[in-house]
Amino acid sequence: MNAITLQDVNVFLSGSHVLQGVSFEVPSNKVTALLGRNGVGKTTTLRAIMGLIPSTGNIGLFDKSISGMPTYKIAQSGIGYVPEDRDIFSTLTVAENLSLAVRDADPNYDLVYSLFPELSQRGSQRAGTLSGGQQQMVAIARSLLNKNHIILIDEPTKGLAPKLVGEVAEALSKVASETTMLLVEQNLALVKSVAEHIVVMAQGKVIFQGEPSNLEDDAFVHSMLGVSGGLH
Amino acid sequence: MDTFILITITGIGLGALFFLVASGLSLIYGLMGVLNFAHGTFLVVGAFSGLWISTKVFATANTWTFLGAMVFGGIAGGIFALIVERLVITRLYERHIEQALVTVGVALVAGATLSGWFGNDPRLLPTPHWFINTVTVGKAFVPVDRFLYIGASIVLYIVLASILRFTRIGLIIRAGVENRAMVGALGINVRLAFSAVFFMGGFAAGLGGVLVGAYQNGVTPLMSGSWLIYGFIVVVVGGMGSLGGSALAALLIGVVDQFTNYYMPGLGDFVIVFLLAAVLLTRPQGLLGKVGR
Repeated sequence: MNAITLQDVNVFLSGSHVLQGVSFEVPSNKVTALLGRNGVGKTTTLRAIMGLIPSTGNIGLFDKSISGMPTYKIAQSGIGYVPEDRDIFSTLTVAENLSLAVRDADPNYDLVYSLFPELSQRGSQRAGTLSGGQQQMVAIARSLLNKNHIILIDEPTKGLAPKLVGEVAEALSKVASETTMLLVEQNLALVKSVAEHIVVMAQGKVIFQGEPSNLEDDAFVHSMLGVSGGLH
Repeated sequence: MDTFILITITGIGLGALFFLVASGLSLIYGLMGVLNFAHGTFLVVGAFSGLWISTKVFATANTWTFLGAMVFGGIAGGIFALIVERLVITRLYERHIEQALVTVGVALVAGATLSGWFGNDPRLLPTPHWFINTVTVGKAFVPVDRFLYIGASIVLYIVLASILRFTRIGLIIRAGVENRAMVGALGINVRLAFSAVFFMGGFAAGLGGVLVGAYQNGVTPLMSGSWLIYGFIVVVVGGMGSLGGSALAALLIGVVDQFTNYYMPGLGDFVIVFLLAAVLLTRPQGLLGKVGR
C-alpha cells in the first residue's frame, strides 16, 4: 500500500512551471529517497505535499486526498515535516520547540531522547544558540513526537560538518526502522544506507522510480544525477 | 524638584496610555504582519462602550462603575477587533497593500458612523470623585488618576506577557512571530492564534479608550486618529512585535512629551517625531526589535 500518491502535480511559482505533472508513489513502511540535481523541484514537491505552496493535480495520503487542505490539517492527518532549513524557532527553548510540536495525548519523548539524548540536557537552552547539527536534531525530533504515517525530510545533512553528518545519518537509520519516510538528500552514501525505493527528478518531472540498487551503477548515477557515486 | 517629580509621573501616566494603544498594534503586526489602521477604531468603540455602560446601565459615577466601564470597554474593543479580523483581515493575509487600504476604509466608515450617531463633541465619561484628587509625592501634588493609568498598564503588561510566556496559545504566538508557515506545518491552526491576538489587541485598545476618555475629559470619535498616530510611533520606536519594546518606547515618549511641553510649550510632538527619526536612522528595527523580523 502506498502512504503518499502524487498524480499529475503541477506547481507554478513566480511564473515558472516548477513541477510539471509529477506523479509517483511512496510505499508505506519504506524509506523513499527523492533524488535529482539542484533546482529540479525536490523541495517544491515536499512543500506541495504539505500544502505550503499552491498546486494542481492530486496528492493522496493512503486513500484520502489531501489536495487543497490547509497545511495544519495535512500535518494533523499524520504527516511530519522536517524542512530544508530546519526552521526551528530560534527564540524558543529546545523544550518549547518540542512542546509546540506535540499533538498526541501521549507524545513519544522516549523515542526522541533515546535518539538524541543531548536534547534532554538542553531543554532550557534557546534553540537559536544550538549548533547546526543540534538544530537538525530538534527539527527531526519534532516530527517523531507524534504517531505520523509518514515523515518528509528535506536534506537533513545539508551544511553539517562531516562528523555531524554521521550522527544525523545514524539517527535517520534508526528512524527509518520506525516509520515511512520520504527523504530528499544529496548525500548518496546516506541514501544508499537507508533508502528502499528511489524516485529521480529532472527539470520538474519524475524520470525514474525503482530500486536503490541502481545507485551502485556509476553510469546510472552519472546520467541521472550528474555525479559519480559516493559522497556528493 | 517638585516640578520634576510631577512631570515625570505625568509623563509615565501618558506613556501608560500610549502603551495601551500600542501594545495591540505591536502584537497584531508582530504576529500577522497586519498594518492595522483600524486600531484607533477599536479604541473609540471601547471608549463609547464604556460611556454607554456608565451612563445607561450603571448611571452612577463611582469606582465600580468606572472599573466596569474599563472591563466592558476592553471586551467591546476585543469583540469589534475579532469581527474586523474575521470579516475583513482573514481574507487579506500576506496582502499588505490591501490590508492598509481596507483597514483605513474600516476606520473611515466606523468613524463616520460614530460621528453621525454621537456627533464629534466630546461626551463626558463619568469618573469617580477621587479622580480630581491629588496625592503628594515628595512635595509634588500629582493627580491621582495618573496612577490608575500606570497601574492598568502594568496589569495589562503582566497579563499579556504571562499569556505569551506561560500558555500554549502564547507559545504558538511567539513561534508564529518567527515562522507562521512552520507553525502550520506542525499541525497548528495559526488562524486561531491570529484571532486571539486580535482580541487581545482590541481589548487593550478598548480599555485604553476608556482611560483616554477619562484623561481627555471626554469621549469623541475624533480621538482615534491622534492616538493611533502615537500608537504607531511607539510601535516603531519600540520594535515591531516587541511587547517590552512598546512598553519602553511608550514610557520614553510619554516622559519626553511632557518635559518638552513644559520647557518648550507646543514642541512636544515635534520632539517625538525627531526621536522617531533618530531611532529609525540609528536603530531601524526599534529599541527592542529584531533585525529582519
